[in-house]
Amino acid sequence: MKFGVIRFPGSCDEVDALQAAARVGDAVLLWHADRDLHGVDAVVVPGGFSYGDYLRAGAIARFAPVMEEVSEFANAGGLVLGICNGFQVLCEAGLLPGALLPNLSLRFVCRQVGLEVVDNDSAFTRACDEGQRLSIPVKHTTGRFYAPADELDRLEAAGQVLLRYAPGENPNGSLRDIAGVRNERGNVFGLMPHPEHAVDPLTGSTDGLKIFESMRTHVADRVLV
Amino acid sequence: MRARVLVRPKEGILDPQGQAVERALPALGFQGVSHVHVGRLVELEVDDPARLPEMCERLLANPLIEEYEIVSEGS
Repeated sequence: MKFGVIRFPGSCDEVDALQAAARVGDAVLLWHADRDLHGVDAVVVPGGFSYGDYLRAGAIARFAPVMEEVSEFANAGGLVLGICNGFQVLCEAGLLPGALLPNLSLRFVCRQVGLEVVDNDSAFTRACDEGQRLSIPVKHTTGRFYAPADELDRLEAAGQVLLRYAPGENPNGSLRDIAGVRNERGNVFGLMPHPEHAVDPLTGSTDGLKIFESMRTHVADRVLV
Repeated sequence: MRARVLVRPKEGILDPQGQAVERALPALGFQGVSHVHVGRLVELEVDDPARLPEMCERLLANPLIEEYEIVSEGS
């Protein structure tokens, strides 16, 4: 199992993501200007401020050369995980539904939050129990998940909401407490919390590893089938 | 041609920036102000203005959360 973690100019969590992925498999960095995914089994679009996020979070990075490859990879069924800025990039690229708006507080939030696993029948949450509570940090200014009401109904009915903020823990005003959504096919997932920052007991929680372990198990099963 | 693109949050989407401004104005003695929205202004010089809508849809605005208005210079 080989993870590829993209590095854009302005990324800042790619090294943590690389180290987190390396705990469950092999992991390499991918360069934003490189049109080659180097045979990875899964792509991680990490957190940070890609290209400075000068216009709108994620708006410029979606046009990076590597993102063309990521789109093709996703359309072929490859696993793609977007964390924080990566989630914003995947929404802007149309690979995930919805958009991320500035936090209702208009402030940067940086704290540990409780999450609930809404659905564990997915490539990204299968190592979790349904309803399990995870403790993972958030750190962002633009994390308020938004989609029109009818789209939210559709996402919930289709089981595309994989993670919610636990009651009272919504840090940004996300509609229906949504913390992470997947695409319809189930191979692309984005979340605002940072699982790569919760992989070592030293920092208080190893719950983030569940996301990477889920992906590894999913890829291993698929290879066997 | 010179053009301006006005980008604002879509109607019905909570706009905390607009709300903060709306709350601040009465504190300075400006009463009777409502429906404040804060958006973005993009000024640009374009050779082919016919392509402006596409530029807005693909980059300058996110049509899911923002609406845009193209104002040509002189109009």
